[in-house]
Amino acid sequence: MIRSNVFIRKTKRGKILKVVREHYLRDDVYCSFPKCEQCEEEKPIFSSNPSVDSKELVGKYLIIPDSNVVLHQMDILEDSSIRNVIILQTVYGEVLHRSAIAYKKLKDCLSNPEKKFYLFMNEFHRDTFIERDQKESPNDRNDRAIRTAALWYQKHLKPYEVEILLVTNDQSNKNLALESGIKTNTVEKFVKSLKNCDELADKLALTREASSSTGKTAVFEEHLPLSSIQVGLKSGSYIQGTFHASRDNYLEASVDVYEKDGLSILIQGQQHMNRAMQGDTVAIEILPESEWQSSSSLILEDDGEKNDESTISEDKKILQDISNKSEKKPCGKVVGIIKRNWRQFCGMLQKSLIETATRHLVIPADKRIPKIRIETRQADVLDGKRILVVIDSWPRTSRYPLGHFVRNLGAIGDKKTENEVLLIEHDIPHHQFSTAVRACLPSLPWSITEEDLKQRKDLRDLTVVSVDPPGCTDIDDALHCFQLDNGNYEVGVHIADVSHFIKPGTAIDVEAANRANTVYLIDQRIDMVPELLSSNICSLRGGEERFAFSVIWELDENAKVVNVKFTKSIIKSKAALTYAEAQMRIDDSQQTDDVTKSLRLLNKLAKILKQERIKQGSLTLASPEVRFHMDSETHDPIEVQTKQLLETNSMVEEFMLLANIATAKKIYDEFPSCALLRRHPEPPSSNFESLIKSAESKGFTLNVTSGKMLAESLEKSVLESNSYFNTMLRIMATRCMLQALYFCSGVVDQKDFYHYGLAAPIYTHFTSPIRRYSDIIVHRLLAVSIQADAPHPDFLDKKKTQNLCNNLNYRHKMAQYAGRASVGLHTQLFFQNKIVCEDGYILFVRKNAIQILIPKYGLEGTIFLDKSPVKFVYDETSGTQKCGDITFSSFDKVVVQISIDKTHIQHQKLCLKLVSPYIGGFSVSNIEEEPPQKKKRKS
Amino acid sequence: MAAWELLKDQNFRLDGRKPTELRRIETRLGVFPNADGSAYLEQGNTKVLATVYGPHEVKGGRGRSNPDKAVINCQFSKSAFSSSERKTHMKFGRNSSETNQHLVQALNAAVMSHLYARCQIDVYVEIVQSDGSDFCACLNASTLALIDAGIALKDIVTCCSATIVDEKSVVDVNYVEESSGSAVLIVGLLPKDEQIAYMQMKGRLHADHLEKLLDCAVEGCRNINNILKERIGEHLKTHSSHFTLTRPATPGRAERSRPAIA
Ligand SMILES: [Zn+2]
Repeated sequence: MIRSNVFIRKTKRGKILKVVREHYLRDDVYCSFPKCEQCEEEKPIFSSNPSVDSKELVGKYLIIPDSNVVLHQMDILEDSSIRNVIILQTVYGEVLHRSAIAYKKLKDCLSNPEKKFYLFMNEFHRDTFIERDQKESPNDRNDRAIRTAALWYQKHLKPYEVEILLVTNDQSNKNLALESGIKTNTVEKFVKSLKNCDELADKLALTREASSSTGKTAVFEEHLPLSSIQVGLKSGSYIQGTFHASRDNYLEASVDVYEKDGLSILIQGQQHMNRAMQGDTVAIEILPESEWQSSSSLILEDDGEKNDESTISEDKKILQDISNKSEKKPCGKVVGIIKRNWRQFCGMLQKSLIETATRHLVIPADKRIPKIRIETRQADVLDGKRILVVIDSWPRTSRYPLGHFVRNLGAIGDKKTENEVLLIEHDIPHHQFSTAVRACLPSLPWSITEEDLKQRKDLRDLTVVSVDPPGCTDIDDALHCFQLDNGNYEVGVHIADVSHFIKPGTAIDVEAANRANTVYLIDQRIDMVPELLSSNICSLRGGEERFAFSVIWELDENAKVVNVKFTKSIIKSKAALTYAEAQMRIDDSQQTDDVTKSLRLLNKLAKILKQERIKQGSLTLASPEVRFHMDSETHDPIEVQTKQLLETNSMVEEFMLLANIATAKKIYDEFPSCALLRRHPEPPSSNFESLIKSAESKGFTLNVTSGKMLAESLEKSVLESNSYFNTMLRIMATRCMLQALYFCSGVVDQKDFYHYGLAAPIYTHFTSPIRRYSDIIVHRLLAVSIQADAPHPDFLDKKKTQNLCNNLNYRHKMAQYAGRASVGLHTQLFFQNKIVCEDGYILFVRKNAIQILIPKYGLEGTIFLDKSPVKFVYDETSGTQKCGDITFSSFDKVVVQISIDKTHIQHQKLCLKLVSPYIGGFSVSNIEEEPPQKKKRKS
Repeated sequence: MAAWELLKDQNFRLDGRKPTELRRIETRLGVFPNADGSAYLEQGNTKVLATVYGPHEVKGGRGRSNPDKAVINCQFSKSAFSSSERKTHMKFGRNSSETNQHLVQALNAAVMSHLYARCQIDVYVEIVQSDGSDFCACLNASTLALIDAGIALKDIVTCCSATIVDEKSVVDVNYVEESSGSAVLIVGLLPKDEQIAYMQMKGRLHADHLEKLLDCAVEGCRNINNILKERIGEHLKTHSSHFTLTRPATPGRAERSRPAIA
């Protein structure tokens, strides 16, 4: 007690140890047990009578889990029955470094007063800190630190009859602990001793010990320990990178190397993949050049359950067979895993063929994730359901990773369940807005006050109009335009002033920053901000007075900017039109009202702007986009249409680009090191290889040296005989691109600010603050630049801004994927009971399949050739498949039959069959009813 | 960044300190008998040696001398081995003349220079080992060396740094914290009158944070001052029996009386 005074006086008297850095040891780290008289904890965490609901442990107990228990058995620790747990700083640190997910869960437990988890800072405590012995590995040292802390607790709490239970599955640690008199138990035994063990047992992660029954032979090579990986990385014999499994071929993956941008190493076969999974950070070893191979053009799926030993060598054989010898790429093999990317996976049960078995496989919804083996006794209940599982380990002896069941999501095929799966799989926060968030909303009826009028420019008299897709309720932009007396034009872009309602640091701001954007699914919209703002108070609805952030230009008749102004304003939109309505007004020469006149002017200027932009090298790319018409009652899709592009679409787009660029310049001037901008890196030329090859097959040469060159050569590639050829090229070109990224201007070199797709030296997002958080930040920065608002401290924090950008980028990508998945889901529903014949085009010719694009549905599918009774001959140089006198090459038009393959009721998928050109024995005829689909899915 | 998680959640810094705690401070006065005054100071792993020569006649032409007060001359240097295992982090800019200027400015506020008209006082500071808050350690060591030299001071000028990490202000910034990229505020204080003798800010900081950062740094200065005072007391007790706490002594090399914490 006297000693702690030292700290109150804030002088340092602790013993000083030099562990690279200074490390202060203290004596004011408390045990947090309420009855303790030696400590002065103000708010002790533990209950004064900490008991375990157990058959064996009678009396007062505090539990200390070791690092691996926290890392792997978080589902157990999370259970409400587990309370009074000491988390040691050593354990906390290891968890923090090794698993973001476990760390987050651990933090939730620590901050939940119900759970009574206490973080004991043993590394800063004078009596529990230990130094690493010279011969000791870091792991051994940590184990010893855990034991030392447990022993300290045991002695410290002896007077109060509180006992300590160390939970560890590490045998040697356990023995050493027993030697020094600490009670220990394994997780399994601990859980089994609990009174509610039945509930918990299913959640128990399968650990290596439990699963790798002796006598099993190892299937995989052992992973190197982290220490030797680090040595290898330093010496250059290993490379670090991110593992990407192929979607098409379960035997192939690539590793993106960290240090060299764009370098990707091919990994072939499960042996070389060595249990690495999608998104893991891995260490790889490059194979000798003689073993390099080209990436296979096979499409392979892992079907059926295979036993552990035999398969892998078999898999490898398949792979070697098909690997062609030309164009070799550097190949490697995984030698160790630096960081796992394991999360919760949605999937469905593939019941074991053995009736009474408790071990089953789960097929994850994400194709890049291997099947997961779980143990459950409720297989019959879970059959036909979507379930959530977690991976616990992947021992050397098992072909599949081992996991355990977490939650039942609902029946397969049920739209609600499938949407839930989609949202979970894409990590999209979709819970209801909390009360704290809703408390930040303005109360209704909301109206504009005198005060507001003083601070804002009154633009209510202007003929402002908004143009959006049909059914849009979150209108975040509106336009106006008229001719000035000097012959020039005044053009205004008015953006919903969301940042007026969302102040930095509030609950609603934190929530929006986490959500990052509104996610649009076909039949659902997951809002970034509550509906009251998104569809009402912020939405620039026709005829209503709204706050806006306005950019107003004076443009001359060549659409050159004479000057630009930014201002906060109040507007009253005269009309909220759809693209089609606006187009009709422009085209209808009878209409001469103000709204139509300004639309015509806008349209005229936009065309000039677009021309100019294209001249600069801006790319026009394409992706097939579709709209579903839904049945108003069942909400099932009844019709599919491709989205039509009108002049008005591009009119709005041009002015949004203009506003975004103007804003980017302005905020970069004001905040050179902390502006939030958006860049689009130029793709490495290797990305274009397949595109160039495809174009060459039709006699066109694409120049990809710059965006401008690419744009020009794409423009020239038009095929008289195939009107869809150019669109397809553009679709392919889109896939060569890299992702555009948000970034903080202070962390990226200025020469890398460039936006490749738009050919703009600087760019940001300003025009959609209702559905993008980036725009809210940009609004705030812009408001400060024009002195309309006071700056917030976070604006100047580079690190924070960059962290925010990383989240925005991640969420943006996920939202895109989720949107696509939603289209896929609805396409399947649409074809549920239909068989349709439709025109399609060959996108790629693979070694064992052709990939086909069906423009009408924006759909892509695969026709497998290798399992057909008719022999196809693949010509690699020209990229064609031949059968008799019929040749398939890219861009060829075909007719296909679309249906749903229901052979696996659980795993329905879209199925394409060739109709025309007709190949006897392979093609199906147009009218023919669906034959049973066993031909193709036979394994 | 993972490293700051502990600070955010548990209010502990990476080295085990709480946000308002200083590093360990070690001092030794009179380490060089050859100099008129000298001091060695450690603030954590930042180690500094300061020596004082003077007051003496102004060297190098009479033009530089001041008829009203003493001229203080500072020479700052960094030993080659001070930051060996790290990347050289040029804390003080390329030339140390800027740092010299800053030291002079801070010391001028403390030294009763009118007592030493037409004299010169030389202060040499060398960083032996660098681990953040280098300037603070330099100034603190210089003060001690001046006291050791018996030069009259208005007050012990003490210096302390502070920075903001994840909304939390932390005092006596070490090298790791310094490199986190947040703005670092350095304050030199004359604690008796709460007068700020020197203030420097590296990096951009939002105005809202300034007040709490300043409070934090000033509080740090006060605590350092308490420690230094205690150490000076201890030193004087053991080393000088003829110590009297009287008014400042008259200048001159021959006649050196012991100081004077005025
Ligand atoms: Zn205690």
